Order: sequence, then C-alpha cells, then structure tokens
Amino acid sequence: MKANMVQALNNALALELESNPNLVVLGEDVGIDGGVFRVTDGLQTKFGKNRVIDTPLAESAIIGTSIGMAAFGLNPVAEVQFSGFLYPGFDQLISHAARIRNRSRGRFSCPLTVRSPYGGGIKAPEHHSESMEALFIHTPGLKVVVPSNPTDAKGLLTSAMRDPDPVVFFEPLRVYRAFREEVPDEQYTIPLGQAKVTQQGNDLTLISWGSMFRTSMEAVQQIAENEKYSIEMIDLRTLSPIDWPTIHSSIQKTGRCVVVQEAPLTLGLASEIMARVMEKNFLHLKAPVQRVTGFDTIMPLYKLENYYLPNAERVKEAIRKAMAF
Amino acid sequence: MPLTKIADFGVSRLSILDENGKADEKLLPKLTNPQFLDLFTWMTLLRIFDDKALKLQRQGRIGTYASSLGQEACTVGSAFALKPQDWTFPTFREHGMFFVRGTPIVKVLQYWGGDERGSQSTSDVNCFPVSIPVGSQPLHAVGCAMAMQLKKKDAIAVGYFGDGGTSEGDTLEAMNFAGVFQAPVILICQNNQYAISEPRSLQTRAQTIAQKAIAFGFEGIQVDGNDVLAVYKATLDAAEKARAGKGPTLLEFFTYRMGDHTTADDSTRYRTKEELEMWRKKDPILRLRMYLMAQGILFPQMEEKIIAECVALVEKGVSDYENMPAPQPSDMFDYLYKEMPPALAEQKRNFLSFLSTQKNNAQPNKTEGPGFP
Ligand SMILES: Cc1ncc(C[n+]2csc(CCOP(=O)(O)OP(=O)(O)O)c2C)c(N)n1
Repeated sequence: MKANMVQALNNALALELESNPNLVVLGEDVGIDGGVFRVTDGLQTKFGKNRVIDTPLAESAIIGTSIGMAAFGLNPVAEVQFSGFLYPGFDQLISHAARIRNRSRGRFSCPLTVRSPYGGGIKAPEHHSESMEALFIHTPGLKVVVPSNPTDAKGLLTSAMRDPDPVVFFEPLRVYRAFREEVPDEQYTIPLGQAKVTQQGNDLTLISWGSMFRTSMEAVQQIAENEKYSIEMIDLRTLSPIDWPTIHSSIQKTGRCVVVQEAPLTLGLASEIMARVMEKNFLHLKAPVQRVTGFDTIMPLYKLENYYLPNAERVKEAIRKAMAF
Repeated sequence: MPLTKIADFGVSRLSILDENGKADEKLLPKLTNPQFLDLFTWMTLLRIFDDKALKLQRQGRIGTYASSLGQEACTVGSAFALKPQDWTFPTFREHGMFFVRGTPIVKVLQYWGGDERGSQSTSDVNCFPVSIPVGSQPLHAVGCAMAMQLKKKDAIAVGYFGDGGTSEGDTLEAMNFAGVFQAPVILICQNNQYAISEPRSLQTRAQTIAQKAIAFGFEGIQVDGNDVLAVYKATLDAAEKARAGKGPTLLEFFTYRMGDHTTADDSTRYRTKEELEMWRKKDPILRLRMYLMAQGILFPQMEEKIIAECVALVEKGVSDYENMPAPQPSDMFDYLYKEMPPALAEQKRNFLSFLSTQKNNAQPNKTEGPGFP
C-alpha cells in the first residue's frame, strides 16, 4: 500500500491488535478522535473500547497503569500526545517501567510501548517541538526508537510492541505526512538495535535519525552537485540499544564522521557517538568527528524554529569541514 | 457498632442570570452601570477577537489558535473581580483574562503568532505567561499565594485550568497544598465539557468538579459559567474570603466550548449538532445583553458603538502585530540565564556568524508536514 508514516503506524497497530489479543492501545483522544494526528484512526470502532481506550488526561496515570497492565499479561501501547507531555509520566517511566525487571530480579517485566510524536518543524506551540530523546537513552532499562520513514515505522513499531521490555517510540512530527511510499501490506518486523546503511561510501560516514535523516539526505544530494565525496549514510533507527558494530565498521572504512541531531548539543546522542567512535577508532580517524545539532537553548516558538533546527546548509558545512581537515 | 455518619457534604451551584436574561435580584452583585457595560464590552471584544484570530489562522497569519467562543463570561467575569495586585496563572484559553487585566491585544496575537515576545507582558500586568502543559500551573498559583501569605501582601492568586486539567496529579496536589496551607488562592476550573475529544464524563466519575475541593478540606462551588454575573460574584466572594485569610476556594465554571479545541481540531468527529444548539441558547453575551437592555443600561445605538469600538481595537491589535519587526534569531539565546554562560555565548556567536554567511539571512528551513492539533 501507498502510505505516509501516520498510515503506516496505524496499519501496524491494526494488524497487531488483530493478531495479539493482549494488546491494548490507550491514551488521550486515541479513541473516537483517532489521536490528534490520526495515528489511531478507526481503531476503536474496529476493536472496541476495551482495546482502544480513551483515558483521563493524566500521563503519569497512563504510563503507571500501563506498567501494571504490562506486568500482568497485557501489552499496552500508550500514546503520549506530544513528547513534551511525557514529563508528567517521566517518573513512572524511569522509576518503574525501566526498573521493574531489574528490581524484581526478572520476576516481573514491562512489555510496554510508549508512542509519542516528537521534534520540530510544524509550527506548533511551546512544548510541542523538542527533541529530548537523550533523557530516555540515558535511562538504563528503556529502549528508544525513532523511525525516519513509513516502512521502517511499521516494522519497528511491530517489533516494539512485541519487545519484552519497555520501548519509547518517538515519531518525528515533520515526517508524519511529509511523503508517502510503498509499504508492505503484511505484518513484518524490523529488529530493534539495527541501524540501516542507506547509502555506501568511502570518504565519510554521516549518521542521523528521524527527521534529521531527511535533512542529511538533502545535504548529501546538494553537495553531490559540485563535490565528489563518497558519503556513507547511516539511519540509526534504534537509539537505544545502539548498533555500534555498524557504526564502527563504517568509520573504519571512511575515517571521517558527521553526526546530525535535532536535539540540543550538550549530552545529546551525538556526544556519545563521538566518544565511542574516538575510543574504538582513534587510529582510523582522519578528521575530528563533526556534529550538527540544535542549540543549548529552549526550542523557540515557531517564528524562530527554523533557525534552531539543523538544516542542509549546516550539514554541508560540517561535511566540508571534515573533508578539508 | 452500627455505621455512623461522621460527615455530611453538599455542593451548591450559583446562577444569577437565566438564559432569558432574567436576574435573581437577591443575588445580583453590586455593580454600577458603567461596570455592567464594561463586562458587556469585554465579552464583546473577546468574541470579536476570537473570530478574528480564527480568520488570521486560516490565512496563515498566526499559528494554531485556541478560541474561547462561548466561554467569554468565565475569563471576563473572573478577571473583572480581581484587583491589580492579584496574580493570575492561565492556560492557553484565557485571552479574556489577559485583556481585562490590561494585556494589549498585540501581545496575545504575538504569542499565537509564534513570537515569544507575546509572553513578555508589560510589568504592570500581574499575569504569569500561558502554561501549555495541562494541569501544571495551579501549583504555581498556590505557590504564589503562599508567597503573598508569607510576605503579608494584600494580594491573592488565581489558577485556571480545564476539566481535563483536573485529571492531572499536579492539579490535585495543588488543591491539597492550597488546603493544607490555607493559601489565599482561587482555583478556577473552566469546565467546558471537553478535553479535546473527551467529554467530561471521561475525566471523572464525580458528579461535579466542585466537589473535589471537599476532599481537600475547602469549599468548592459550581457556577453557571455562561452567566457573567454569577462568575463575577463567585470570584469576588472567593477573593474576599482569601484576602480575609480564610483560605482557598475551588470554582467550577460550568460552561461549553462552542468552537473546536483549536484550529487543528475537528469537533464534528466527537459531538453532535444538537448538543451545540442546546448550548447556543445559553450564550453568555446574549443573556447579559437582554438583561442590560431590559434594565435600560444598554440600548441598540450604544451597542452598535461598542461593537464598532471593539472591532477597531482588534483591527489595531492586528496591524500592530503585523507591523512588528520579526524577532531576532539571537533572541533564542538571550533569556535562558541572567548571565549567559561563556559556552552558550560562543554557540550564539558561531550561529550568528554562520547566519551571516547565508543568503540574505533567509529562514534556513522550510516547514513541512501537518499543522499542530
Ligand atoms: C500535560 C499535557 N498533556 C497533554 C496535552 C495536550 N493537550 C492540550 S489541551 C488538551 C485538553 C485540555 O482539556 P481541558 O483541560 O479540559 O482544557 P480545554 O482545552 O478544554 O480548555 C490536551 C490533552 C498538554 N497540553 N499537556
């Protein structure tokens, strides 16, 4: 089927609701409204109010009760309307979802998926545009996924819903309806923890995820018009656990690396990637690893958001810097 | 031992002006004729503003907008009962409160137009900025009230939230603190029957929102939120009580959101025309108008004049907004700390020097994807 990311996610949810009787979808406005972005459109009509549950407006309760459900035989898929509203539920996520397996020495687990739209670029009000994935990647016990296209979104969400541990599934807002592509009709999974090398190259490894993968692609296409660099592109897809072998083997081939993230600079995932790349590949490196990131500021309201978000120009500049070193 | 009843509670509802503009004379608040007209004018201004803002959004001149159509009495009546030294803590649906308390129209437009300067309200207007995370700001109101109490100031605080907001733990914790510390605060719930698509019945099994106060040891009252006189009186009484050191009050303004949740919402997905029609008859402006006309306080010519003045004020606000120079990209660095840390200053410098290399400083990204719901 031809689908944008919203439709692909909707399809993944529908198929999993059909095949797993223990799966429940819950959140604010996920029922009759079909979610504010329509990711759960039609699911309540099809699967009923016991499987697709409109909850009171309380993120802590949504995640907290999901933990109880998950520990006792259900597979909850909780929607948090925007990632900026995860924080009321953050305590439940980091103090309990991430820890219950460890705390109970393996007796209890938390097969929970928390879906949340994230990232900027759609002119939204405050708190609707941040990229705070690092908070969750930093939390031991959580997995974190960010798809960059409809096909991956469907396969990764299906894996997340079947994962035995809690997964935070961030859906880049800017990609939701940005384009459609052919997505397989049947159910399929894309394993968590596997990055995708989307383009082979020998001069430089360009690492990104979510909406920044598209920005990076744009930069690579633009730069190819004049400069003959051979760039290897990696779409990380899963941010925790990270596919280090794919990253390291690419860098050992290219010797140069640029990481692009929408999130603020300090202690973003790019920081960790740079550290590991340096630790493992010091003698392979031909240039310091470059990163293109948001700033260490609050994501501004929309009149300035496009200044904040990394763009192709900034990515090209980083590529040139690495190549010219 | 048989069960014995150890406590007994009731919840009352205040309503002064009925749908036909008939007032309960015994309950009428003491207002002068100019004050009655002020209430009418503010509500009219708000309605004209809401209507204009929706049009601006459709034309792409502001971003997503949350209209307060149908809820005019709640924000206007409550703000009208406060003193300038009092503090208000709004959600995103209290434009009326901002206006009544003295915030220029242009500021509200700037805010919804994605310009942070809209929240930089003038220092003589005691409003906290809009808080988008639902249920977060009642705590700030209670904290402010505690500060006023400790500093022995003659000021109270008002925290606004919606019916959806009563489900957040923070809101309930705010009520608890308010009760425990007898804070001089009014907690105002604009119960407009919906939280986006979810009807009030999905938020709580309780018969009223007002009764939630009882569990925290203070009074909760339900007020006809489409009756500006009841809203005004309830707020004034609660404010006097708070000022007298007699603690908090929860006011549930029972009203209805006549428009979509925001410009990105489509309320036909989850509610009926019949319901809307039923509420249209309860229009807050209409009933005040009928009352004022019957009392001879307002007459058609004067009404026309008021409307024309409101239209002019809104148009002036729009042109002020559109003539405002764009915010500077460097603004996003400047208000984070009192003193900018050196590393951030370096980020700012690098960013500005990068921008200067870009063709005519154009915004470097195009916006794509859907609008915000
Ligand atoms: C913590 C949090 N969760 C979710 C949202 C998204 N959201 C914005 S408004 C809204 C509904 C609010 O309903 P209510 O409190 O009744 O106020 P109303 O919009 O009806 O004025 C939701 C869910 C949010 N802003 N903050």
